Amino acid sequence: MATTPIAVDRAEKFEKVVGILDRFARRPSGLIPILQAIQHEYLYLPEEVLTYVATALDVPPARVFGVATFYAHFALEPKGKHVIRICDGTACHVKQSLPVLNALREKLGTTEKSKTTPDMLFTVETVACLGACGLAPVIVIDEQVYGQVTPERAVALVDEIKAMEASPTTATASEQPSGEECHE
Amino acid sequence: MNNTEAFSTTEKGTGISTHAQVRRVIICAGTGCMANGAMKVYEQFKREMTGSGLRVILELRAEAAGDEVRLSKSGCQGFCQMGPLVSVVPDGILYTKVRSEDVADIVQQTLAGGEVVERLLYKDPSTRKSCRGLEDNPFYALQNRLVLSECGFLDPEDIHEYMLHGGYRAARKAFVEMSPEEICKTITDSGLRGRGGGGFPTGRKWDAARVQNSAKKYIICNGDEGDPGAFMNRSVMEGNPHSVIEGMMIAARAIGANEMLVYVRAEYPLAVQRMRNAVADAEREGILGKNVFGTGLAVKCEVMEGAGAFVCGEETAMIASIEGQRGMPRPKPPFPAQSGLWGKPTIINNVETLAHISRILNVGPDVFKSIGTKDSPGTKTFALTGHVANTGLVEVPFGTPLREIVYNIGGGVTDDAGKIWKNGFKAVQIGGPSGGCLTEDHLDLPLAYESLRSVGAMVGSGGLVAMNQGTCMVSIARFFMEFTQRESCGKCVLCREGTRQLLALLDDVIEGRADAGTLDLLEKLGHAVQIGSLCGLGKTAPNPVLSTMRYFRKEYEEHVFEKRCRTGRCKPLLSPEINQVKCKGCGLCIKACPTGAITGEKKQPHHINPELCIKCGACATACKIHAVEGI
Repeated sequence: MATTPIAVDRAEKFEKVVGILDRFARRPSGLIPILQAIQHEYLYLPEEVLTYVATALDVPPARVFGVATFYAHFALEPKGKHVIRICDGTACHVKQSLPVLNALREKLGTTEKSKTTPDMLFTVETVACLGACGLAPVIVIDEQVYGQVTPERAVALVDEIKAMEASPTTATASEQPSGEECHE
Repeated sequence: MNNTEAFSTTEKGTGISTHAQVRRVIICAGTGCMANGAMKVYEQFKREMTGSGLRVILELRAEAAGDEVRLSKSGCQGFCQMGPLVSVVPDGILYTKVRSEDVADIVQQTLAGGEVVERLLYKDPSTRKSCRGLEDNPFYALQNRLVLSECGFLDPEDIHEYMLHGGYRAARKAFVEMSPEEICKTITDSGLRGRGGGGFPTGRKWDAARVQNSAKKYIICNGDEGDPGAFMNRSVMEGNPHSVIEGMMIAARAIGANEMLVYVRAEYPLAVQRMRNAVADAEREGILGKNVFGTGLAVKCEVMEGAGAFVCGEETAMIASIEGQRGMPRPKPPFPAQSGLWGKPTIINNVETLAHISRILNVGPDVFKSIGTKDSPGTKTFALTGHVANTGLVEVPFGTPLREIVYNIGGGVTDDAGKIWKNGFKAVQIGGPSGGCLTEDHLDLPLAYESLRSVGAMVGSGGLVAMNQGTCMVSIARFFMEFTQRESCGKCVLCREGTRQLLALLDDVIEGRADAGTLDLLEKLGHAVQIGSLCGLGKTAPNPVLSTMRYFRKEYEEHVFEKRCRTGRCKPLLSPEINQVKCKGCGLCIKACPTGAITGEKKQPHHINPELCIKCGACATACKIHAVEGI
């Protein structure tokens, strides 16, 4: 029976999980770094991978799920291609980060419960504090920090990404909208 | 201020004199400046300087000639709002908000011509005076930067530079010349207290672990700075990672540990990377490893990323997290110093605490103690944010009054648009979700552990959020309560359920459902949660509510009894009305209203039906003559 491309993809990725497990010597104490590495690979923690990890570490699946659901960093559902994180730390909050969040949610039609757009292009989420309080309010789009953001500017940034996604000839999908940069 | 002389970088090391004379262009590469394009500025400098005929060096070298200019990056210089920052030393010039377009002018006018580019200087918002450098800039001149001084000067990715400025000398002394008892005694004598919030004397903590009879002991650096609105630890890890590692090494020597671990918040990718690089560099230089300073003692260091749980800032929860468990605290005793990671004696110190250690060994406990107050010696960094003109990282001696920080260093309170608001001060929230609010009456209170505790606040990790008159204190209390409710690990019933109920009660206040009993219940439940919780998170979670109720009781009462929020922030309490005199009956508001709540004949004053109104404010935005009031 011929394997479908998706199945091949899966198998390859499970191979990566095995590699990650080996890197941490399959020690249950390394569970958090293991899950972090897996999430880095998959962008979220698929259920079947979690059960696989539990078996490999010889711990109950409940323990793995317990840890995966305890920490805010772990996502059990796939995220959109572009992740927009709005800082809702104290400094950003008093400098009106909520209107920015509301504008983005309205623009993309996401809510607190369903954070990702149906086309899997955007995920809008809040984060407790990014530690860039001097620039409040701050949003991060795909690891790039934008400071002193207004609702209008946030929406404009989304428009730029949308435009880029719509015209594959002008830019590669991974490229960032213009403006400030903070790559290292 | 004289005491700081003893701490200054020039005094610490040897062989620095030639480098002190080399002209340097330092570009701040902290998170804030990088978000504003500091790396573009750095690249532009590289291009412009090479093209200008200047002798440019990018790497630190043993020999330096007088006519060279060194281009380097630094950690966070603290003045994040004005970034990207570029300083030229020894000229003593600080340029703010530098764009790559400005680089050519700096190279030609300042580096080649020796002149100042006036337009890039910082202007004091209250006096409109240009400030040339750190000395005449009130934001910096009024600080006492000990931990932060090197953050804005050293290249955080260059271990040699750190060593050239006296780095790892204290660690060497600790390993080669001092006994563990002597180290603990020196730290105890200095009076250093934990900078993470609790304020426990560091020397005594170390001593408790030192006397434990165990072949295996651990040192953990707590870099899980979860307090929203604080970024002191982030800046130190990013700006001077070696000072943290050196502090940990001295702690390791003091208690006899051979494994160290840095636990960094996952939201701080740059700090993680810089700490990892610093550890790798220290290993390469043989500072960390199997034979530290030729003593035959082994010390290794790992960096672990947190996974996003505020409660992990608590010692026992952090240990659980490192062991691969859910980060839930456990009862103390046994204290981690007796039985911590994997049941072995463990010392967990905050980043800032550790960054003080090498200095104390270098200058002695008496010099350290000469700054600050008797019970709270030394300096403390604060993240000054919110409605002040100058936001950023400040370091002042303990005992400094709040007024000095908000008005002199911070440049005064601003409105939402960032303009100075003369009588706009309302409160300062200190200590984050565990802390409390300070009011106008507290402006002259010296900031120290005990004085803050006496007014229901705490130093905490050092978040200082200034708030203007336009801020609703009930909403602020709700903001913190929502945070602690979300972050409660769920182990203690009173914390898990109590914070949820406190949040619901605050919602009642904000949404107009509260009555006299609500305020009573808030207070009672708040005290119950404090008593009935195991760890610091629950014990302090009601603080923001209780302290705002204590100092802004009237505002709570207005919400409850008059169903009114004086700042207009609490939407459900708004009652928009159309001013019948002003209204010209143009109909714009009728078109804008999404619920059809507005009616009225053309050219006749319109009305809002409060039953249909959802208080969205669309009418007020649409009205050109501002006839919609109360929203």
